[in-house]
Amino acid sequence: MNILDVKNLSVKFDTPDGVVNAVNDVSFSLAEGKTLAIVGESGSGKSQSAFSILGLLPKNGHAAGSVKYMGQEILNLPEAEMNRYRANEIAMIFQDPMTSLNPYMRISKQLSEVLIHHKGLSKAEALKESIKMLDAVQIPDAASRVHMYPHEFSGGMRQRVMIAMSLLCRPKLLIADEPTTALDVTVQAEIMDLLIDLQEDFGMAIILITHDMGIVAGSCEETLVMFGGNVMEYRPTLDLFDNPQHPYTKGLLEAVPRLDQDVQTLSTVSYDFLEGGKS
Amino acid sequence: MSEPILSVKDMKVWFDVRDDAAGGIFPKTKKLKAVDGVTFDLMPGETLGIVGESGCGKSTLARSIIRLVKATSGEAVWMGRDLLSLSDADMLAVRKDIQMIFQDPLASLNPRMTCGEIIAEPLKTHFKGMGKTERREKVKAMLEKVGMDPSQINRYPHEFSGGQCQRIGIARALITNPKLIICDEPVSALDVSVQAQVVNLLMALQKELGISLLFIAHDLSVVKHISDRIMVLYFGNVVEIGTSQQVIEQPKHAYTQKLIASIPIPDPRKEMARRKVRRAERAAS
Repeated sequence: MNILDVKNLSVKFDTPDGVVNAVNDVSFSLAEGKTLAIVGESGSGKSQSAFSILGLLPKNGHAAGSVKYMGQEILNLPEAEMNRYRANEIAMIFQDPMTSLNPYMRISKQLSEVLIHHKGLSKAEALKESIKMLDAVQIPDAASRVHMYPHEFSGGMRQRVMIAMSLLCRPKLLIADEPTTALDVTVQAEIMDLLIDLQEDFGMAIILITHDMGIVAGSCEETLVMFGGNVMEYRPTLDLFDNPQHPYTKGLLEAVPRLDQDVQTLSTVSYDFLEGGKS
Repeated sequence: MSEPILSVKDMKVWFDVRDDAAGGIFPKTKKLKAVDGVTFDLMPGETLGIVGESGCGKSTLARSIIRLVKATSGEAVWMGRDLLSLSDADMLAVRKDIQMIFQDPLASLNPRMTCGEIIAEPLKTHFKGMGKTERREKVKAMLEKVGMDPSQINRYPHEFSGGQCQRIGIARALITNPKLIICDEPVSALDVSVQAQVVNLLMALQKELGISLLFIAHDLSVVKHISDRIMVLYFGNVVEIGTSQQVIEQPKHAYTQKLIASIPIPDPRKEMARRKVRRAERAAS
């Protein structure tokens, strides 16, 4: 059974200048324990697609279509019902770990809160679970560091805390929105390796939102390429890299300089596939 | 072998920061050694890439050369003269020859000035005798050179995309005919398709004009593509310097090796294999 079935998902925003179509007719499905990459440049609608799944759109945003989680329709659920899915079933991590953690609260409180709220654990139990989870994301000396504030952690360690927080309720699906973009490359590799290891341990599915084809190559079974709110290509990752069908995918792959290849001039993405070119 | 155009010798930039660990009633300070004894030469027409993780001192090093931050000690010999001991007036004259491009294209352009005024600003400083008409002609020609439409000369920065703003930044740097451009993460904020355009533009302009580039970036793949030589900084020290090929293919220092092993390669088979290697290494340690 698929953990997630998304059909004809569209996201519109009301703005003072009229309606903006951020996402048009996106469909994909994700099997349990698998990883899907959503790739695109800024403004492609990749994050908004993910936000709409969890009901996280701002007030002027409207989602239409269908999102089924384990066969249940969850798109546009009332807040109270949506909260049953959040954290328990579907969790999310964001790009910037510093702005997604509360700077005034100790890590212990931020983590325990999730378990107390969603699982009804006692304070002591929640703290014990939190420390266990910090251990799982390989934060050294978790039992004492759990009492620190976010600013006392490095960027990579903060992202580990975020990952720990998202996994507390053992979600079956994790949406990771550019989880390593703000990090140094060496730390990025550690965090991606950690995510993949945890995925195996916890058996969860992952939607990985990224702009980096290198990250996609190392971790995802399937890839969906977006541009301007539309799906350009949606195929198994190996196929997509071996034989990109869409000119935009091809362009993206060739525009990035690579360590293992030498080219004289980088090729630039051609927008000929758009009617009338790119304005 | 020609003379280096810029010769940086034992450059040190230390900052005083509060020492929270020291205790006591009165705050004590300690030295933060952002740049700690960096030495390198830059040849005319050469591109030297500087890589390193955030906080390793790459931007501070670049800024110290043109005295945007004060160096603690060291020398930056530019065509025979030490920049660090020049008078302010002499330094201003040198700045005509050394220009800079910054990371955030929108933040480095004054929002209240049109792109024409922004690009003309260095001309007003360094070519005081130049007439208004000549200046405007020069700006228009420069806009064309960086691949923009000269008719957009009266537009404001917010009307341009990130890539276009970076082109304006490049035009502003080139307008004084500099001999060296220091590029501080010039493409990090750009989407990959735009990044490719800006990198290509920089390389083409450099070839045409024969300028030297100090190209600072955290993305080793981009640095390798654009640079003749690469210098790797780690905690304020040069841990490795050599031709791009040497550094990428035979990295000597452990940090460089780790950096290269960490960069994802957009090839699923290679990348999966590298991940397996990393996992085996982790299991072993």
